Amino acid sequence: MTGEPFIHLAGVTKIYRRGRSEHPAISDATFDVMAGELVSLVGPSGCGKSTLLKILAGLHRHDGGELRIGTGAHSFDPARDVGMVFQAPLLLKWRRILENVLLPAEILGLPMAAARERARDLLALVGLTGNEDKYPYELSGGMQQRAAIARALVHDPKLVLMDEPFGALDALTREKMNLELLRIWKEAGKTIVFVTHGISEAVFLGTRVVVLTAGPARMADNFRIELPYPRTLDIKTHERFGEYTRRVYKLLGME
Amino acid sequence: MDRTETLQRYAFAVLAHLALLLAWYLFVKLGNVPKFVMPSPGETLDALLSPNYGWWGNVAVTGTEIFAGYFLALVIGVALALAFTWSKVLEAFFMPLLVSLNMIPKVALGPLIIVWFKYGVFPNTLMAFSICVFPILLTTARGLREVEPELLDLVRSLKGSRWQLFTKIQLPGALPYIFSGMKVAAILAVAGAVVGEFLGSDRGLGYLMLQVQVTLDTPAMFMAVILITLLGMLLYGAVLLLERWLVVKDARLD
Repeated sequence: MTGEPFIHLAGVTKIYRRGRSEHPAISDATFDVMAGELVSLVGPSGCGKSTLLKILAGLHRHDGGELRIGTGAHSFDPARDVGMVFQAPLLLKWRRILENVLLPAEILGLPMAAARERARDLLALVGLTGNEDKYPYELSGGMQQRAAIARALVHDPKLVLMDEPFGALDALTREKMNLELLRIWKEAGKTIVFVTHGISEAVFLGTRVVVLTAGPARMADNFRIELPYPRTLDIKTHERFGEYTRRVYKLLGME
Repeated sequence: MDRTETLQRYAFAVLAHLALLLAWYLFVKLGNVPKFVMPSPGETLDALLSPNYGWWGNVAVTGTEIFAGYFLALVIGVALALAFTWSKVLEAFFMPLLVSLNMIPKVALGPLIIVWFKYGVFPNTLMAFSICVFPILLTTARGLREVEPELLDLVRSLKGSRWQLFTKIQLPGALPYIFSGMKVAAILAVAGAVVGEFLGSDRGLGYLMLQVQVTLDTPAMFMAVILITLLGMLLYGAVLLLERWLVVKDARLD
């Protein structure tokens, strides 16, 4: 991919102030994301990756450096073009699945008939057809997370931010959801920033992996994953897959 | 739960109540317990059939006090909790005050209420109100506060308004809490109204109990207690039905 990046970060810093003390949350985050990429942000807990995601979502301001989202070809509206998925599905217990998926459309005041149509299509995309009228408690954790992904896509955002979305799932469901995410990403054609502390997950999913290290939070590496899509679980036995994961382990001081 | 299991549970509930009635009957009969100490179920029921007690008028009076006090507490309790979520200053100022006021045993206010409002239906309604407004207010306020921070992020990332956050997330999220407070308050409201009648009243089931106590008319006292309990069950049942209708199963608090 060449041309102007969809997301451009150069020396982005973030400092949390509590009283008089200052805690650097991010020091010098520098990387680009091209439109349509799936970038994994990997690092240990407390390395500022969630903070970085919140900055991208426009929930926090950065304190220094340069941050630009959107290009001439891909304009970016911070209100409409962000979809978010968290570790917990955070579905509203009192709403049926379809109504849950529609929440962002309601908040943005989109035309509801069209949004409803789209929500149904998205539920089909995430494999939840037939569950539109169920309540969240009637669905398993993995299915709830699928609904949360559909909700993040319903307003057709250009950027989807995922904060350890499969972190609470069991290992098998997690593998399955990784495959599903790649399929959804390909079909929906979104730019995705995926935060995880799972190294193999980061390498398996990403077109690119950005590695962050903890305290003081800083960016350690940023490299492309040259493995072909569509990826299947087989690539985990690929030699290059091993090289990439070893590279991340080394950066995180685990080897 | 499947159907037969539900039926079974209902059957057990009915059975338990019938067993209590039977035990009561046997205790009185086999123990030769005098009527003024404990009447049999039949004697208690006889009291209900006597027109001297004016049962229905008294039930209407006590019922009015309970329901009016409860409804007033619901409206004011929820309204105050809503006001607190909208204004931090209001909450910071009044909440500690209300927590302190909540420590007052409401029953102790009875004599004062009589001084201020004489006796009758209104002061007793006020008594029921004062005793059940706090649980409703406190649980509602808590429910409105319990919004998951990430849900807040989700709404904020879409640049949702405060009003949207309130109507789409906060208020429906608080509903189970409101009902939890309402259930506690339903039981308290009955106690409040009856204590009010004990302290000063010229009508109502509590008043009737004091009247018949003088003549050791225990069957009538028993019947009064049963009717008061039924009034409480009616209120509680209505709240439960409303909760079933409004709150999704999974979200209900017990």
